[in-house]
Amino acid sequence: MVKQTETAVLLSNVVKRFGRVVANDKVSLEVRRGEILALLGENGSGKTTLMNMLSGIYYPDEGQIFVNGQEVRIGSPKDAFSLGIGMIHQHFKLVDVLTAAENIILGLPGKAKINRAALAGEIREISQKYGFRVDPNKKIYNMSVSEKQTVEIIKVLYRGADILILDEPTAVLTPQETDRLFDVLRKMKADNKAIIIITHKMHEVLSVSDRVAILRKGQVVGTVETKDANRQNLTEMMVGHAVSLKINRPQPAENGQEALKIEGLTCLNSDGIKALDNVSFTLRSGEIMGVAGIAGSGQKELCEAITGLCPVQQGAICLSRPEGENLNIVGLTPTEIIRSGISMAFVPEDRLGMGLVASMDIVDNTMLKSYKIGKGPFLDRKTPRALAKDIVGSLEIVTPGLNAPVRLLSGGNVQKVLLGREIASKPMVLIAAYPVRGLDINSSYRIYDLLNEQKKKGVAVLYIGEDLDVLLELCDWIIVLCGGRVSGILDASQATKEEIGLKMTHIDALKEADL
Amino acid sequence: MDKLINLLYAAVLAGTPLLFGTLGEILTEKSGNLNLGVEGMMFMGGVAGLAGAFYYEKFVTAPSGALAVLIAVICAFFSGAFGALIYSFLTVTMRANQNVTGLALTIFGAGFGNFFGEVMANTTASGYAGVGNKIKDAFLGISIPGLSSIPFFGKLLFNYNILVYLGVIIAAAMAYLLNKTRAGLNLRAVGENPATADAAGINVTLFKYIATCVGGGICGIGGMYVVMVTCSGIWVHNCINGMGWIAVALVIFATWNPSRALLGSLVFGGLSILRLYLPLGIPMQIYGTLPYAATVVVLVATSIRQSREHRIPQSCGYNYFREER
Repeated sequence: MVKQTETAVLLSNVVKRFGRVVANDKVSLEVRRGEILALLGENGSGKTTLMNMLSGIYYPDEGQIFVNGQEVRIGSPKDAFSLGIGMIHQHFKLVDVLTAAENIILGLPGKAKINRAALAGEIREISQKYGFRVDPNKKIYNMSVSEKQTVEIIKVLYRGADILILDEPTAVLTPQETDRLFDVLRKMKADNKAIIIITHKMHEVLSVSDRVAILRKGQVVGTVETKDANRQNLTEMMVGHAVSLKINRPQPAENGQEALKIEGLTCLNSDGIKALDNVSFTLRSGEIMGVAGIAGSGQKELCEAITGLCPVQQGAICLSRPEGENLNIVGLTPTEIIRSGISMAFVPEDRLGMGLVASMDIVDNTMLKSYKIGKGPFLDRKTPRALAKDIVGSLEIVTPGLNAPVRLLSGGNVQKVLLGREIASKPMVLIAAYPVRGLDINSSYRIYDLLNEQKKKGVAVLYIGEDLDVLLELCDWIIVLCGGRVSGILDASQATKEEIGLKMTHIDALKEADL
Repeated sequence: MDKLINLLYAAVLAGTPLLFGTLGEILTEKSGNLNLGVEGMMFMGGVAGLAGAFYYEKFVTAPSGALAVLIAVICAFFSGAFGALIYSFLTVTMRANQNVTGLALTIFGAGFGNFFGEVMANTTASGYAGVGNKIKDAFLGISIPGLSSIPFFGKLLFNYNILVYLGVIIAAAMAYLLNKTRAGLNLRAVGENPATADAAGINVTLFKYIATCVGGGICGIGGMYVVMVTCSGIWVHNCINGMGWIAVALVIFATWNPSRALLGSLVFGGLSILRLYLPLGIPMQIYGTLPYAATVVVLVATSIRQSREHRIPQSCGYNYFREER
C-alpha cells in the first residue's frame, strides 16, 4: 500500500515545449485525495498535455512532480501505473476484437495461462463496488460508447489506480449516461481517490467538481472552489476577456417555403444494417433544424443520403429548385444533383477528408466546387482566387497566405474556409455536420453567427450537433434520432435537455425492456 | 476406398510445406507485419536446410539420419528467421513500407537459395547438390509400430515423415498460445491496435520482432520440407515455385486461425497432386492451374464475408511509431 497523504499529486513549475511552442508554462497544481478537480480550458490551452505528463506519455522539460509527497520521474505509462495514476483517454485505447476482460488485463504480468473465470469474478467485484454495469465477456465492437468508457475506467481501477484522470469523458455521452458517470465519480471520491476531469463544459464543472483549475495559453490562470464559481466568471477566466454566452436566435422566416422534404427515408449502412428507418421531416427556408442523437444514430447517413452519397432503400428526398419545380433526388448521383440546378451546400463532419483537400491551398480548395464550369481544358484560377481572398477577408481567417496548404491552418480556420466556400455558392439548403466540433469558444460563436446570417437570408439550415445546450439555443426545431428512427421533433424554444436526452435513448430502452 | 486413402495421404504430404508457410505467416501477421516474403524465406530455409544436412554428411564418417533431420530443421529455421530479421529491421526499426520490403525479400530469398544451391552443386563431382540415401531415408515416412497397421487409419494417420507431425504440433501450439495465454493476448493486441498495446505497457517492437522472426523460421522449415522431402534431398533450381504465395493466400483462407490452416493446406495439397490420383482425361496444364484458380476463388469468397472476428489484424500492413513527442 502506498502511503496516503492528503495531497495526491503536486506539480511544481512544470514546463513542456514542443519545438518553439510552449504548451505548458510553469504550471503548478495541487490535486487532493477525496476530491474531484476540474481542469478547464479552451482547445490548445494545454490541459491534455499537462495530464499526459502525469500519465507518462510526455516528459516535462522543466519542473517537478510529486506523488504522495515524493518527487517522482514518470517516464512511461508503466511508471504512471506503478504510482497509481491512471488516465482515461478521450479516444479510447481498446482493442475492438477482444472482450472487456481481455482488454482489462492487457499487458499485465501474471501466469502465462489466463484464468478467465477468476478474472471475470474480479471484474464483477470492482463493478459492484462502484456501480458499473459491464459484461466481462462482451466484445468491444459490440459495445456502446458508454460501455467502452466503463471498460476504460475498470481497466484503470483494476491496475490499482487511485489517481484518475479523465480526458473529456462526457463528450460522447448522453445526459443520462453523463449523470451515471458522475455518480460513479462521486463514489470514487467517497472512496478517497483523487480525480481530475478535463472538460470545457461549464455546467458539468459546476455540478460535479469540488475545485476548478483554469488554464489559458498553457498557464494556470486561477484555481477556485466550485462553490464560489459561476458560468460567467469561469468563462471569462478561460477566454481572458468578457464574452456573451448567449447564442442569439433570430425569428424564423414566416411561412418559409418547403426547401427540403424527406418522406419515409430508409437507408442501409456499409455493413448492411438499417442506419435510417422511415425518417420523415420538412425543413423550411429561413429555419435552422437541429439534429440530435447519440453518435452513430444515422446522422452521417442522413447527410449522405441528402447529398446523394448514400444509396437510398426507400422513401423520397424532395428539394426545391430556384427555377423549376421540386425534385426528388433519390437515385441521382451527386453530379446529377448538381446539374439539376439544386443549390445545396454540405459541410461534412470530416473536414479535411470529405470537405477539403488538406495538402491543397485555399484557392484550389475553393475551386473544387467550380472547376468544372468553363470552356476548354484550362482552369480559370482568377475567379476562385478572388473568391478565396474574399472569404479570407470577410471571415477573418488567419492564414500564412492564400497559397498555404489548408492543413497548416488551425481547426477553426479550416472550418471557416469550408463554410465560407459552401456559403459562397448561395445555397438554398445548407447542411452542417458537427461544424463546431473541436473548435474553441470564439470560433464556435463565429460559426453560430454565420449560420444565423444564412438563416436570415432565407437559407434552410440542417445542423447536426452534439452539444444539446447549443442545439436548444441555436435551432428552431430539433429532430431527435434514435437508432436510425425519428423519436421526436421538438420546438427548441420549449424543449428541455432531459426531454431530448430521453428521446435519444428511448427506443434502446424499450428494446432492453423487451429482453 | 484405397484410392481415397492414397489421395488423402498424398495430399497431406503435398500440403505440409504450405502448412508451415501458412502458420509462419499467421504468426507474423498477428503482430501486424504483412510479410509478403514467405516465398523468399522458404527459399532461404530450403537451401540452408539442405546445406546443413549436406555438409554434416560430408564431414562425418558415419552420419546419423535423425541428427541430419535435426540439423536441417535448425538450419532452415534460423535461415528463415534471418530473412524475417532483415524484414523486421527494415519495417519496424527503419519504418520501410511493408509491401515493398516483403516483395524485395521474396526476390532476395529466391536469389539466395538458387545461388547457394549452385555453389553446393559445383563442389560435387556429380554436378548436383544432394544428400546420400541414408539421410534421404530419414526424411521418408516412419511407420509407427502397431498403430500404423490399423486398417484405414493406420496409413492415414501414423505413416508420415516426422516433419508432418512437427507441423501439426506447431499448429496446435500456436492455437494455444494465441487463445489461452497472456503472451498471445498481448501479441493479438499489438497486431490489432499497437497504440493501445503501447499504452498498456506492452513492448510493441519486441513483440513484432519475435513474432516475425519465429514466423519466418517456421516458413523456412516449409522450404526445407520442399527440398528434403518433395525433391528427395536434391537442390532443384526454383524448387519453391510459388508455394510461398499460395501460403500467403491460405492465411486469408484460414482466417488467421492456426487450426483452420491445417484444413486449408490439406485442400490445397490435394489440388496440387490431383492429376496423379484422379485422371479425368484433361490436359496436365489444367491440373497445374488448379491451386492457383482455387486461390483466386478463395480470395474472392473470403473478401465477401463480413464477420468481424475473422478479419485481418487491424494494423496489419501499417508500421507503428509513437506520435512524435
